[in-house]
Amino acid sequence: MTASDTIAATDLKGDLFAYALRLADDAAILGQRLGEWCGHAPTLEEDIGLANIALDHIGQARALYTHAAEIEGKGRNEDQLCFLRKEREFGNCLLVEQPNGDFAQTILRQLFFSAFMLPFWRKLMASQDATLAAIAAKAEKEATYHVRHSAEWTIRLGDGTVESHARAQEAVDILWPYTGELFEADDLVSRLVAAGIAVDPESLREEWRATLRQVFDEATLTLPPEGWFQTGGRSGLHSEGFGHLLTEMQYMQRAYPGMRW
Amino acid sequence: MYTQALNARDTETSAIEDAERLAAFQARVDAEDKIEPNDWMPESYRKTLVRQISQHAHSEIVGMLPEGNWITRAPTLKRKAALLAKVQDEGGHGLYLYSAAETLGVSREELTGQLLSGKAKYSSIFNYPTPTWADIGAIGWLVDGAAIMNQIPLCRCSYGPYSRAMIRVCKEESFHQRQGYELLLEMCRSSEEQKEMVQDALNRWWWPSLMMFGPSDTDSKHSAQSMAWKIKRFTNDELRQKFVDATVPQAHYLGLTLPDPDLKLNEETGHWEYGEIDWEEFSRVIAGNGPCNRERLAARRKAHEAGAWVREAALAHAQKRRDRREAARHAAE
Repeated sequence: MTASDTIAATDLKGDLFAYALRLADDAAILGQRLGEWCGHAPTLEEDIGLANIALDHIGQARALYTHAAEIEGKGRNEDQLCFLRKEREFGNCLLVEQPNGDFAQTILRQLFFSAFMLPFWRKLMASQDATLAAIAAKAEKEATYHVRHSAEWTIRLGDGTVESHARAQEAVDILWPYTGELFEADDLVSRLVAAGIAVDPESLREEWRATLRQVFDEATLTLPPEGWFQTGGRSGLHSEGFGHLLTEMQYMQRAYPGMRW
Repeated sequence: MYTQALNARDTETSAIEDAERLAAFQARVDAEDKIEPNDWMPESYRKTLVRQISQHAHSEIVGMLPEGNWITRAPTLKRKAALLAKVQDEGGHGLYLYSAAETLGVSREELTGQLLSGKAKYSSIFNYPTPTWADIGAIGWLVDGAAIMNQIPLCRCSYGPYSRAMIRVCKEESFHQRQGYELLLEMCRSSEEQKEMVQDALNRWWWPSLMMFGPSDTDSKHSAQSMAWKIKRFTNDELRQKFVDATVPQAHYLGLTLPDPDLKLNEETGHWEYGEIDWEEFSRVIAGNGPCNRERLAARRKAHEAGAWVREAALAHAQKRRDRREAARHAAE
């Protein structure tokens, strides 16, 4: 009997399912957004780089959805969870669903997210849930690269030309209100943290800020004050653009139900 | 792929070159030596290679668009990941090929400029649209399948950097081809509706795939020199026949009908004989009047223009770093 089996048999099963699903949704939706770039990036190297990062996220999403489906035990699979749930059932944070905007917005979205996820995966490697810990061990390596990639570009853009600096700062200002949600912990998360399964997001705040401070200093960008933050993603209240993202992503499964591909 | 470059005639005659050097060069080619970037080579050999390699590179880059069209709509996560990886591979092929072209003394920027201005050609197959998911399978199976027929002999091309790039490209293309075929097989087995989607894709991609090998040998006047230089090893019609012979049984295995009423197996030769290709369509699409020519170039131009500030920022930042290093060095002295 694995740790996952033990946990699945307990009262925390529903929590763990929802938690794995949130993480899966984060990865799937960011992968979906990044996939929109393919063939349209500013350089050929970035076409490849962004596709590669998208691919990492899709891979994480697959492992997490599969795990969630196993915990749920109702015979659903990764694709049913990704393509056949509705808008209000998605628990991804608002940050990952934000439109690509210009290249600066895509890069800053990635930096804000990956600078959080890198220490997150590191801590999750010690999860009592063996499958989550294994997924985290792989994702941590990928996140290391994602932070490096987005940090290097943030520095180039921030400390590049007058235009690129302005665009990078604007991207920071647009996306900043969506970063507060990364640190939210509802009762579900608290219960899983207490059980040694989940990561307390608050415990990552210092490291996240330190990473950003270092990058922003070099990029000559200004970190906004804490201020007011958007919220809602974890409880299924998404941006208006999210429905359009799902419409596109889920088109095939909706148009041709029950078929194998 | 992408040999249409070989069919455009080089109008500039080569400069007067030392007959002895030419003979020595040809002897090396005949002995299957690889020609390397710093070796002497006839100017027209260089030009032919630049044209062919850059056209191949452009084809990879433009080819990302019809497939990229389905990344956000792939029907399963597994297919989405596979398609992302495939399109990423195409970008990688573009990179090696531009690098191979750079060894011949032409920059990627210059080549990109030629693509965006419409001066340089790319494979006309990518001017056809991908309206359904089955098109993604059809591109893998037929377009990459045709590309492999063309590219395997290029692994033995006399020019070292191109030949080495082709070895890697072929490995990946052959994976893409199998992946495309497997995708279609799954669809054909899953439901009649999906099988019809596959048949429709085959109907649309079959003839353009045959056109990928370029004009028939009677109309392809550039082949002889390229054959002598061992840039090209088989004629267009030979390669086309190989492709047809390999592909027809695969279509039958899927339970599909090829859209060619004249197609029949010649029992004596063992070859599948096919009907007349619509060369008028071929010329028209190459000349810019295919279903998606304008969209493809417009998409490339838009990406290039929208990304200009990013490339400028990267250069400006690199310059600032150099200046700071330099200043620090002076201060230390």
